[in-house]
Amino acid sequence: MSTAVLFDNVSRHFGAVRAVDGVNLEIAEGEFFAMLGPSGSGKTTCLRLMAGFEQPSGGHIEIFGETAEGVPPYRRSVNTVFQDYALFPHLSILDNVAYGLMVKGVGREERRKAAEDALAMVKLPNYGSRRPGQLSGGQRQRVALARALVNKPKVLLLDEPLGALDLKLREQMQEELKSLQKSLGITFVFVTHDQGEALSMADRIAVFNDGRIQQLGSPEEVYKQPKTRFVADFVGSSNVLPAKLCQKLGVRSAYASLRPEAIALSAPSEGALSLSGTVAAHSFLGAVNRVVVDVDGARIAVASPAALAVPTIGSPVTISFAANELHPMEDA
Amino acid sequence: MTALAENLNAVDRRGAAGRLSDFFWKHPHVLLTVLLAPPLLWLGVVYVGSLFALLLQSFFSIDDFSGLISYEFTLATYRQLLSETNLDIILRTVSMAAIVTIASALIAFPIAYYAARYAQGKWKVLFYLGVMLPLWSSYLVKIYAWKLILAKEGIVTWFLGKLHLQWLLDAWLSLPVVGGNSLSVSYTGTFIVFVYVWLPFMILPIQAALERVPTNLIEASSDLGGTPAQTFRHVLFPLALPGIVAGSIFTFSLTLGDYIIPQIIGSSRLFIGQAVYAQQGTAGNIPLAAAFTVVPIVIMGAYLFVAKRMGAFDAL
Repeated sequence: MSTAVLFDNVSRHFGAVRAVDGVNLEIAEGEFFAMLGPSGSGKTTCLRLMAGFEQPSGGHIEIFGETAEGVPPYRRSVNTVFQDYALFPHLSILDNVAYGLMVKGVGREERRKAAEDALAMVKLPNYGSRRPGQLSGGQRQRVALARALVNKPKVLLLDEPLGALDLKLREQMQEELKSLQKSLGITFVFVTHDQGEALSMADRIAVFNDGRIQQLGSPEEVYKQPKTRFVADFVGSSNVLPAKLCQKLGVRSAYASLRPEAIALSAPSEGALSLSGTVAAHSFLGAVNRVVVDVDGARIAVASPAALAVPTIGSPVTISFAANELHPMEDA
Repeated sequence: MTALAENLNAVDRRGAAGRLSDFFWKHPHVLLTVLLAPPLLWLGVVYVGSLFALLLQSFFSIDDFSGLISYEFTLATYRQLLSETNLDIILRTVSMAAIVTIASALIAFPIAYYAARYAQGKWKVLFYLGVMLPLWSSYLVKIYAWKLILAKEGIVTWFLGKLHLQWLLDAWLSLPVVGGNSLSVSYTGTFIVFVYVWLPFMILPIQAALERVPTNLIEASSDLGGTPAQTFRHVLFPLALPGIVAGSIFTFSLTLGDYIIPQIIGSSRLFIGQAVYAQQGTAGNIPLAAAFTVVPIVIMGAYLFVAKRMGAFDAL
């Protein structure tokens, strides 16, 4: 399998601001790749570097083996689904979708056919004659997707495409995007600040902070074995055990991560580790109860199945977990 | 909680101003009426009313012997308007207005584009200052200044002479219609001054329209394979068109109605504005003057109708 996108020590500085600072990554062909991070972490700038809207201040970018620096967006076989869709308000839906073919000189009849097929693919047949203003957010999102895919890009870039949709629609679109990517086999590069979205959809995730990649790996790796405190905190609110507790548990590292759902509110079974503390707070989250336990001043969150009884606040409690759930981390 | 609520209610709201506020809050339509009545009266009675009275005049005629207006409905004045001399005046004015409008749009677009897309902070202030500054000085002073600039002994002739391009100016001035003895007595001079004076009225609406075009539409076009020229043609221009049309309404109608610029700069042939001035003043033919003013109204109406048909306002 060949490399779709290659970043070799890429930087993008805006004056004194290092929006992207020495990023290395390699995205494989046909991969669903997510760039996850808080706003201002450099993930969107990386996407814009791939699209060609920004040029790198340093480093080297390749798209399917071809140097991308100095190549304008309109000469790249890459298409973008914009955050707020960026549909042309003065054109009909059909003309919006056919735009890429029109500027490339495809004949009227052929591009109408292709645009109609693309609209059918995103489940919006017979919407061609409407205007963008007459569509709902979810429908506009689909049109933006069709408009990009009709060009048969080698890489599809998606900039927080589901950000403006409500929860139900977002979940539905997540599934559709995933299956669309599988059936088309196109490389998808997806920018999001929603860790749930990244975990559920991506083959691999790059977690960004301060213009750098903190961790790059499969959703499971990033979730279960966060390499830094930032990743542990950002990807699903893992517990970060301070040095004092690490010592107590015999971990040779300054910090260690421990997922709330890996902890049980019960006495340890054979070979498990345990800590004792007092219940500081609890809240009901539907499937689980989130119980915060105070252990020597460190607050540790426990996801306890909703079926189990919740201990009262202030009562002493023992928490236990398997030794291999405890992951040592770099201090960052 | 209760104490806080009592405190809020205790604030004195019973003054006359307070009661008035409450009344308007309960009856928003009354407030709207109060606010809109004066401008509506102004527009409806003083403005449209007088315009209508003027139009009415054009259906009267003047008695050739007594020079008095006969207040009987007739189309004779319009027949007079369509005479060869008067048609000549109309054609001259409309052609000038059209050329001035096209030239203004061509010059204004790049300036407006720069101001809308690139200028920031102090450069934006400088842009507004540069565009508006000419509007602060007297119209007449500017036109007389131009008369000197364009005169045979003026700076344009001098400068072209220094560049050894005098022959170019002479060749241009020897052309029929656009030429003349010097720039200041030619249609070319009239055209230059019209464009100079009306340019701000073209720049500002185009700049406002371009400013409203989101950057990501430009990026989307580029992303989909549109070259800069295609992006301009298919995205930027259609979205800026309402601004261009708005600007052209200004430049076109202002040129149609102006009588000072062609009077001071240009050949002695009349424009509509001058004809109106002459008919209602020296000639005392108010009906014909009124008929002449109907021409720009009809032309602007037709222009807007065509612009709307062509979809100029679809992006609004």
